[in-house]
Amino acid sequence: MTAPAKFVGRSVARLEDRPLLIGKGRFAADISFPGQWTMRVVRSPIAHGRIEAIDASAALALPGVHAVWTYADIAHIPRIPFRLTRLDGLTPYQQPVLADRIVRYVGEPVAVVFADGQYLVEDAAELVELDIAPLPAVVRATEEPSVFDDGLTTEPGVVRKGYGDIDAAFRDAHAVVALELSVGRHSGVPMETRGAIARYDTKRDVLEMHGAAKVPHWNRDKIAELLGRKVESVQLYEGHVGGGFGIRGELYPEDILVCAAALKFQKPIKWIEDRREHLIAANHSRDQTHRVRAAIDKDGRILGIDNEFFHDNGAYMRTHAATVPDLAAAMLPGPYRVPAYRAAAHIRLTNKTPSGTYRAPGRYESTFVRERLLDAIAAKVGVDMVEIRRRNLIGKSAMPYNLALETLGTHIVYDSGDYALLLDKALKAAGWNELQAQLKQRRAKGEKVGAGVAMFVEKSGLGPFDTVRVAVKPSGAIEVITGVASIGQGVETVVAQICADALGVDYHSINVVHGQTDRIAKGMGAFASRATVMCGEATRLAASKLRAQALEAAAELMQTSADALDIVNGEIVRTGGGAGPSMPLGALARALPNGLSAEDTFESTHMVYPYGVHVAAVRVDTDTGGVAIERYVIAYDIGKAVNPKLVEGQIAGGLAQGLGGALFEEFLYDENGEPLSVTFADYLMPTAHEVPPSTILIAEDAPSPLNPLGLKGAGEGGTNPVGAAIASAIDDALGRPGAVTRLPISPMRLKAIIDQK
Amino acid sequence: MTDKIDITLNINGRDHAIKVEPRRTLADAIREDCGQTGTHIGCEHGVCGACTVIVDGEPVRSCLMFAAQASGKKIRTVEGLAKGDELHPLQQAFMDHHGLQCGFCTPGFLMLAAGVLEREPNISDDDLLDVLSSNLCRCTGYQNIIKAVRAAAVEMRRT
Repeated sequence: MTAPAKFVGRSVARLEDRPLLIGKGRFAADISFPGQWTMRVVRSPIAHGRIEAIDASAALALPGVHAVWTYADIAHIPRIPFRLTRLDGLTPYQQPVLADRIVRYVGEPVAVVFADGQYLVEDAAELVELDIAPLPAVVRATEEPSVFDDGLTTEPGVVRKGYGDIDAAFRDAHAVVALELSVGRHSGVPMETRGAIARYDTKRDVLEMHGAAKVPHWNRDKIAELLGRKVESVQLYEGHVGGGFGIRGELYPEDILVCAAALKFQKPIKWIEDRREHLIAANHSRDQTHRVRAAIDKDGRILGIDNEFFHDNGAYMRTHAATVPDLAAAMLPGPYRVPAYRAAAHIRLTNKTPSGTYRAPGRYESTFVRERLLDAIAAKVGVDMVEIRRRNLIGKSAMPYNLALETLGTHIVYDSGDYALLLDKALKAAGWNELQAQLKQRRAKGEKVGAGVAMFVEKSGLGPFDTVRVAVKPSGAIEVITGVASIGQGVETVVAQICADALGVDYHSINVVHGQTDRIAKGMGAFASRATVMCGEATRLAASKLRAQALEAAAELMQTSADALDIVNGEIVRTGGGAGPSMPLGALARALPNGLSAEDTFESTHMVYPYGVHVAAVRVDTDTGGVAIERYVIAYDIGKAVNPKLVEGQIAGGLAQGLGGALFEEFLYDENGEPLSVTFADYLMPTAHEVPPSTILIAEDAPSPLNPLGLKGAGEGGTNPVGAAIASAIDDALGRPGAVTRLPISPMRLKAIIDQK
Repeated sequence: MTDKIDITLNINGRDHAIKVEPRRTLADAIREDCGQTGTHIGCEHGVCGACTVIVDGEPVRSCLMFAAQASGKKIRTVEGLAKGDELHPLQQAFMDHHGLQCGFCTPGFLMLAAGVLEREPNISDDDLLDVLSSNLCRCTGYQNIIKAVRAAAVEMRRT
């Protein structure tokens, strides 16, 4: 018997907060070891060129400079491998740890300098002379493929997906709606830049890397492989992580370099990225242009969608390989019935920073495209934006809904959902009808105001497994050891809440260990909104096992049956509060020769699919091209919220990032591949002024049938449709359907649209 | 440029006699030379505000100030906010209102808000929004930070 939920479903305070509030966090830059050397990366100032010579003599002449490495020093290290979505033909495009003869983007690591301290190593790096002969730069992913380098083309692959008779759909269509839509290059840009500190312990023959994030176990395995070491002789340690968002914690060249140098020089090696480096070297994302067509019947019902797009991946295929275009291709149909579908995702290389995933990868893009398409269909058949969506939504009775597409090695089967119900709830929360009346009145007075709606299906809880070990320490403290990672999302609190209910203890008594490869053999990490779903269920299983074990053992000591016992607040007591001796869990653990601990694994071959609706109301300033957001409503069904306040936090934060991509943030390049957004003065992230208050409605109408708590992940639904909803609202404000075709809708672009008419 | 000079940084009431290059930023000196790593560095060009500390009562970007310029002045960092185990009203309010997620920007926001609320306890909501828009947060979407600072302002006026 499991006790009724005391913690799951409640907005309890976070376990993580206190050290972070009093300045006792342990972020990457906070970690130092005696005698450490500092590493500085010398980066290419040229987008595309041939390395003729590198002269490090002046740098090496500075006292306190220990070494300079170029490609020759690391030529034995293989290129950085793929973690997800490998595709035939992509391997030759993997990134070397340092540039090999050719540089392909501004920011590419060409050499590294090791010296005593940050100031000196930066001085020395400035003295490393690079002789690079420029080559023509490729900066547009939509141009016909050309030769890149070494006989490789700029199109390493095309992801094709589809089902149904797409040609028949277009042949039989009442009408066809065709659009060209683009999403600008932007990325997660966490407030903490990347960092990695490696040291080699000769006594134990263990290479340690601190500053790990997101996927410590996978990175550990690969670092061991690339450096030719046994897996157990490499350990990664995650401290506090100042934001993840998909980009932080992937395996990057700098991680390999600090590890290789720690082994070679037998010194601790510390590397902390600066902000300019971050903006040109860490993963970019989102840069995609779609040419999309919908075949519709006379009522605007979708008969088929043909989705051809060009994914500007930048200069190398990094760990994510084809993940983002694959997701964009697979998730485009969203919450609508699309009887026939065809996607062709052209992966294109350009001389820009390489790309990877960023919160709602592939979906921010495909939702923008799909929802623009729905708005265009509405305009074509002359119905409003809400009605066109209602006509096309997948019905509740169709659940579970097999989309007949695959992504991330899983079949896409929407596990549960009532999309129409959530649309109703969102519109009600937004006061849609009154809002429409108000907007109409204001427009009549000349104001440019409008409202938009966007719907989406997210994915979360990617398997294949998570393992958790729960132990009662002799002190009575509970330790939960997981293979997930914390990127600031509150996973310690959520896991503790689940464990507390399953075991019968206070969540404060639980210490959740994550991101430490020496504490648990395997782990999947934190990505794809997977931690609460996968680790949460594994925790529930392990804690339930531990509870049964504890009751069994206590029954023997207390001379009763396990059925007659319960665990309440960490104390083994008689069921129903009956009289009799009781025993704290700690005392039981001390009394047992092998202590008290249990391990269990949750396996899942399918993802779970939360879904949501965003409603935006905006006012456009026709003089400046500025956009003021007057109302923003988010309804998100995540099956079951373990901690509603943290879920709201995820959604509100996701919205801010979504707004960044919709209105402000873009990595711009000139014709020569020179990056133009290299400081926070050029790369504009929303501040407290730009992010409006929002109304957040967490719905639990469609618990997932794939795990007993009904959990779906909450991390990405705040971001997913923001570009789509804002674009829809701006169109409405201007009274010009289809006006917005490209994100971000910067004041300059919007002014150009306004002036076009 | 690289000849070191002797300076004394008074951080949270304690003197730190250190030798630094004249070009060393206050942020680096606080973190590396004085070991107070609660102050974070997010951009090193004065935009993000993660490194905000209070110098002689004013919030400053410690990445834009040389350590030598702060010699002899009273510097306050996040480590000095709580009184023993008792959190400062701002820290408590950030916890109560879920005003932090990853926590990297938090020390900067706390010191920014502390400096402003001490100077202007009755600051208007609009002015407070202006002040808070000078720092960047990438996790929270700001609303919970704004709520937390408003709640703390009430509490600080009361006590």
